Amino acid sequence: MVANGEQSSTLHALIRRFRDALAPDAVITDPQQLRTYECDGLANHRVVPAVVVLPEDAEQVRSVVRACAEYGIPFVARGSGTGLSGGALPHADGVLVVTSRMRRILEVDIANERAVVEPGVINLDVTRAATPYGYYFAPDPSSQQVCSVGGNVAENSGGAHCLKYGFTANHILAMEVVTPDGELVELGGRAPDAPGYDLLGAFIGSEGTLGVATRITVRLLRSPESVRTLLAGFPSTDEAGAAVSAIIADGVTPAAIEMMDALSIEAAEQAVHCGYPEGAGAVLVVELDGPAAEVDHTFAEVQRHCGEHGAFEVRVAADEAERALIWKGRKSAFAAVGRISRDYIVQDGVIPRTALPEVLARISALSAESGVRVANVFHAGDGNLHPLVLFDGDHPGAAERAEEVSGAILDLCLEHGGSITGEHGVGADKVRYMGRMFTSDDLDTMQRVRCSFDPENRCNPGKVFPTPRLCGEAPGPRRGVHPLTEAGLADQF
Amino acid sequence: MATRTEQAARTALAAAIGTEHLRDAGQADTVGGVQPRWVASVDGTEQTAAAMRVAAEHGLRVTARGAGSKIDWGGTVEAVDLVLDLSRASEICEHAAGDLVLRARAGTSLAEVQRVAAEAGQQLSIDQPFPEATVGGVIATGTTGPGRHLFGAVRDLLIGITVVRADGVVTTSGGKVVKNVAGYDLGKLYTGSYGTLGVITEAIFRLHPLAAEHRWVAVTLSDPGAAGEAVHTVRSSQAMPTAVETDRAEPDGPITVCAHLEGRPQATHRRARELAERLDATVGVSGEVLDAAPPWWGRYPFGNAWGTGLRLGAEPAAIGSLLAGVQQAADHRDLPLAVRGSAGLGVLHAGVPDSADPAAVADLVRELRAVTTEYGGHAVVLRAPEAVRATVDPWGPIAEGELTLMHRTKDQFDPEHRLSPGRFVGGI
Repeated sequence: MVANGEQSSTLHALIRRFRDALAPDAVITDPQQLRTYECDGLANHRVVPAVVVLPEDAEQVRSVVRACAEYGIPFVARGSGTGLSGGALPHADGVLVVTSRMRRILEVDIANERAVVEPGVINLDVTRAATPYGYYFAPDPSSQQVCSVGGNVAENSGGAHCLKYGFTANHILAMEVVTPDGELVELGGRAPDAPGYDLLGAFIGSEGTLGVATRITVRLLRSPESVRTLLAGFPSTDEAGAAVSAIIADGVTPAAIEMMDALSIEAAEQAVHCGYPEGAGAVLVVELDGPAAEVDHTFAEVQRHCGEHGAFEVRVAADEAERALIWKGRKSAFAAVGRISRDYIVQDGVIPRTALPEVLARISALSAESGVRVANVFHAGDGNLHPLVLFDGDHPGAAERAEEVSGAILDLCLEHGGSITGEHGVGADKVRYMGRMFTSDDLDTMQRVRCSFDPENRCNPGKVFPTPRLCGEAPGPRRGVHPLTEAGLADQF
Repeated sequence: MATRTEQAARTALAAAIGTEHLRDAGQADTVGGVQPRWVASVDGTEQTAAAMRVAAEHGLRVTARGAGSKIDWGGTVEAVDLVLDLSRASEICEHAAGDLVLRARAGTSLAEVQRVAAEAGQQLSIDQPFPEATVGGVIATGTTGPGRHLFGAVRDLLIGITVVRADGVVTTSGGKVVKNVAGYDLGKLYTGSYGTLGVITEAIFRLHPLAAEHRWVAVTLSDPGAAGEAVHTVRSSQAMPTAVETDRAEPDGPITVCAHLEGRPQATHRRARELAERLDATVGVSGEVLDAAPPWWGRYPFGNAWGTGLRLGAEPAAIGSLLAGVQQAADHRDLPLAVRGSAGLGVLHAGVPDSADPAAVADLVRELRAVTTEYGGHAVVLRAPEAVRATVDPWGPIAEGELTLMHRTKDQFDPEHRLSPGRFVGGI
């Protein structure tokens, strides 16, 4: 620890360095302005950073990170700040590196089916740039209109369509990153299978704890020939869940298969008037894509499965407008819940899909016992649940009760062999649950990677891991003689 | 004195895993030509951990082995004291068919995994040229086949992994659900790490449904440029190919480009016909629609015990230029080189028979390295006779910054460098 005076003089020196390296308006120290960066999409964690910088290119990021390294100051990278786990929560004594001025799409290389972008580029803008050529960027988090590709990389973001197409990690081919010691390093390459450890794979989803991505090569997918979407209303989540199982068991991999329960339907209806089937206890949104000949065939089967499992109404989107309306209800669900509850926690747990009926029953029992309402929205195809735990923060104890229910839901996920987060990340929010999913040896092993990138634990500290591992001096290779040789065994070994 | 220490290590190993599971290594146990001292046969995580704790205590250098089909791949190990044979660790621990997830011990053969998955109409979408290859070996070497085009590589299908660290500590990463971002995804780091970070003992994979109908659309061309155009036609179509492969048995021979389509009955055949016509329009040769894969499909142009085997990478759009460069490099040296691989992704395998002059092969590797570098790629020697291995770095150059991070990673996981030292890039 440094004394306060010493700390502030260090900070002043650092800020001077930033002002030398960056544009005059790219270094923010005004307390009012700093406050606008105090949280990301998870507003119940708030920390005002010591300073915010807005670099415009990799070289500026590098000089910022280098200066941080020299002065031993922690830093946190932030894209659009839409994350839901507090992954971009600032450090009170640290620097927040915001990538919002790094929004250039550097290259759209259709021949190689990829694009090269800066980290601040908005997810949907990649698809917009590729659409004229008949291509798109597959990861589609609900926030895709505002979230950044750099943030997607940090969190390994998913989205509704990752059931078929995978997560961000499956769509990044290469990256230029600034390591915590301020080196500019290329991970991956223009060709697949670059020799060496897959550091690119380790970096993606490390929640900003291994460095700052400054240039990202993303894979573009050929747009499907046909996309068909349906909405099916069921009496309850049981029937809807059974329909999902039947569809998957039939060997169908839908592009997306989403479920909402009665409470989340009610919320969406109030908010965006999506016109979902009246009286539905659950709705399914099923989307198929691919070659038309395949999709037509499979779509008929999906309709049949829905019918056979109790769907009382199946609505097929006739055109893009109808498809958008079906998706509108689903994609606005989180925000819509704000209409029926002043406060709510967005949970993000995963279970094996087949455990869905049991886990939903248990969540419903939890809700009944505690009197805390829970609305369920989820990616039913891959068992990724987003229970929305509702509460009124003005009522004493309500927030704590909601937090308890939310935690109990995660325990349910783990009990069924699932995960504490499917796509929102651990961030600051779920650090306390990591020990329930992993042993201390597991966490220690993960942090060995961290130690190889960031031995001083200055890069987004306090995230992901409940207890930082002291990296110390790596013992390094044994330079001397082999112990057995030393002990007299000579040269056989 | 010497004997006493050696004896102490052997006694401790025998005590840890049972005398009947420990033996002196023979000629057949060499690792890339290096003679190990002992072979310990382990049946799973617990025994592996027990053996690894002894290895740590006695400073033994360890190489893990499954079926041994790729044991000679990579750089030459400096030394091996103990081969950890995981072939007894053969068990499908769990197949959650409804969740399309399968958990297996590392010594389970891919063939067995496919057999069990197929009973539920499913597959692990990792094609293996060597059918005896095991789960652990496939992960350690990151080897895939044609289906990677659609389903992704090993790292994309691996969702959970158990690894015993160099110090004998058991660790896991990931889990048994596909969608999971809790903690670092170490499965990706272990994939393709050639056993230099830990010993893989168990893995959990994502499965895919087996399709009802398969078709292959093949065109045979004489010119690399035209082959590149054919690959581009398939890739840029909306046919959603499962794979786009190419095969050329001789340097100047005909080039076959073949796409695999799969899906529902009838629909797949229709798609194949459409793609064949499209090829006719772009390269002027009508595609032939086949209902079985050609005989070379998914095989390496070299064996697990013969030939020099190379993996060549280039950006996918350069595949025609890469084929031309390979042809030229082979012609210069009059080498009978065969090339085959996932053209749609920019990954080719090349094979040269053992009878070729080692100096010419080493020279060929250097030229191929120059060619692939031009197209953003690399040329890696997977396996080679000793005379070739002695003269070329199998991995080729790696940028300094990235290599530094790799060394640091190795130092964190295996500080004493006891796991297959020297087998991996940059002497790791």
